[in-house]
Amino acid sequence: MSKKHILPIVMAMGVATTIPQANAATTVTIGTVNNGDMVRMQSFTAEFEKSHPDIKLEWVVLEENVLRQRLTTDIATKGGQFDVMTIGMYEAPIWGKQGWLTPMDNLPADYDLEDIFPAVKGGLSADGTLYALPFYAESSMTYYRKDLFEQAGLSMPEQPTWDEVKGFAQTLHKPDEGQYGICLRGKAGWGENMALLTTMSNAFGARWFDENWKPEFNGAEWNNTVSFYVDLLGTYGPPGASSNGFNENLALFNSGKCAMWMDATVAGAFVTDKSQSNVADNVGFALAPKQVTTKGAGWLWSWALAIPQSSDAKDAAKTFTTWATSKEYSQLVAATSGIEKVPPGTRASTYANPEYMAAAPFAAKTLESMNKADANDSTLKPSPYVGVQFAAIPEFQSIATQVGKLVSGALAGSMTVDQALKSAQNITSREMKRARYYK
Amino acid sequence: MLSLKQRRRAQTVVLGTIAWLVALIIFFPIFWMILTSFKTEIDAFATPPQLFFTPTLENYTSINERSDYFHFAWNSVVVSFGSTIIGMLIAVPAAYSMAFFETKRTKSTLLWMLSTKMLPPVGVLVPIYLLFKDTGMLDTKLGLVIIYTLINLPIMVWMAYTYFKEIPKDILEAARMDGATLFQEIWKVLLPMSKGGLASTVLLSLILCWNEAFWSLNLTASQAAPLTALIASYSSPEGLFWAKLSAVSTLACAPILVFGWISQKQLVRGLSFGAVK
Repeated sequence: MSKKHILPIVMAMGVATTIPQANAATTVTIGTVNNGDMVRMQSFTAEFEKSHPDIKLEWVVLEENVLRQRLTTDIATKGGQFDVMTIGMYEAPIWGKQGWLTPMDNLPADYDLEDIFPAVKGGLSADGTLYALPFYAESSMTYYRKDLFEQAGLSMPEQPTWDEVKGFAQTLHKPDEGQYGICLRGKAGWGENMALLTTMSNAFGARWFDENWKPEFNGAEWNNTVSFYVDLLGTYGPPGASSNGFNENLALFNSGKCAMWMDATVAGAFVTDKSQSNVADNVGFALAPKQVTTKGAGWLWSWALAIPQSSDAKDAAKTFTTWATSKEYSQLVAATSGIEKVPPGTRASTYANPEYMAAAPFAAKTLESMNKADANDSTLKPSPYVGVQFAAIPEFQSIATQVGKLVSGALAGSMTVDQALKSAQNITSREMKRARYYK
Repeated sequence: MLSLKQRRRAQTVVLGTIAWLVALIIFFPIFWMILTSFKTEIDAFATPPQLFFTPTLENYTSINERSDYFHFAWNSVVVSFGSTIIGMLIAVPAAYSMAFFETKRTKSTLLWMLSTKMLPPVGVLVPIYLLFKDTGMLDTKLGLVIIYTLINLPIMVWMAYTYFKEIPKDILEAARMDGATLFQEIWKVLLPMSKGGLASTVLLSLILCWNEAFWSLNLTASQAAPLTALIASYSSPEGLFWAKLSAVSTLACAPILVFGWISQKQLVRGLSFGAVK
């Protein structure tokens, strides 16, 4: 073929592929995050399409922050690119109130909505209407090395205080041997260090806003929290802790470098998985630490499936979301991938199954943590917002990301705790005033 | 005292060593990415990082099972080549008129064109998203071709302009005196003379389109998503993913690396020709 013939052919092929092809089945486009449970759900596409031949599934898998930006742009402009959106407890009530999501009512009788944990349902609702069906849910808890505790003659209480945690960290911190007393999130971000720090501040009796939406970073409670956090992680944490997020800490813990780690309950499946953890047989579980209160000490989060109002395949989307969050789906996962791989934290029936409880050593503490978390009552003093490790208001993402950077800066030593909190107070006050929460 | 020959030899050795060192430093991240793609997730996260390990193909197998690589790669090829071809069809005549029929506003027009590159893309995301939505171009390859052409056009015009400026006007005038039409003047005289420079413009445009992530992530979903969207699907804030991410990045880079390798002769010639050096 001569060269002059190649260009038109390539161009014609390009044009041909841009023409949409007719398809008899309804296509449901699902935007989701990349994590083990979601990837597993994607692997069951063939099973779903076999049992629902009139529906075809298309997947858009993206990193969490990219997905959040992508979905927000689409739903706010009524783009209609997605029929099912994977959203969290932060978005569900805000988007639901805006009228952007389809209410999850008239669910099939065998769906058994009552089986879903009330706290999870509450977190995905606005004004009593459920806007998303939970795929999996998580709280936070304490992971510790049973072997190191035993060698040092220490014993981890059912729910330690942060002071006790500091004492343990002090004893077990041996940096010369590559062993650090504690690993915690230090990377800046509203879903990174601020998730941990907000639960920690709840335990220390602090809150983001008072009843009039005024920020409280200038109070003693926040000062105690951040000072304690910076001292604990700065003294007994790994080097460069201010850039560690979930994955970095997971890698450190799995390679045996952390004596303790406080993070999401979902990590239970990773730290006990022998294919990726060197310490799988030596992991102990306790509730997330308390301090002056147990309220809001462990967080509450759920990845859930929602249907945007802009979808033109709402019925097919609902068929898919009810299937993916059903007991039938859990049974499919148990039969094909193992019972310990069933999406955790959403259904009471999962935890009533003795086989699951036996197969997942972290299940009992996950259940206990989930039962303790309450998004509507997470602070010692009354607060006007919903959410344990966040406040479900549109401004929170931006504010908490900025505050997260300040706290991370204090941890890295680029500013003092007082400077960080003063700036946090100024930034938050300005943003809340601008959003007209108060004058 | 060193003779002139010895000094030159020493100079060559020193310069050669520096060149090799710089090349190795530039290549190291790519080397590490390829190496990591053959590790298990636990090896990829190991501290200190491991240079020696038991290689595995499990990441590539898992990507093959989970994603349709060729669907994403084909989208990248269509979008990159499509926008480069359209871009060149516009850039060459534009640069020709600016280089050979310069007016008092040519320089400021060129600067204005380049200034559009200084706007952060996120600033125009919502208007462009709405335009695409209303014209039905969301998640289409045609939409991406148009947006890539528009974002790369200023650089393509600028580069072509600087290459054309190196060509003496007299040669084109001579062609005209011999009775060449405008098309013949460009096709038979100008383009062969600036082949090297234009080849490097084409390659640069292809690389920019291939690597573009912001628009491809925001304007596509399942149908038109290119390889950059495939890479983004393997990153996760919860769970170990470095090895798989490295494998998918290696797969995404491979076609353009091979293309660059094949056309490096033209690229080097192009970069040492004209004002963009």
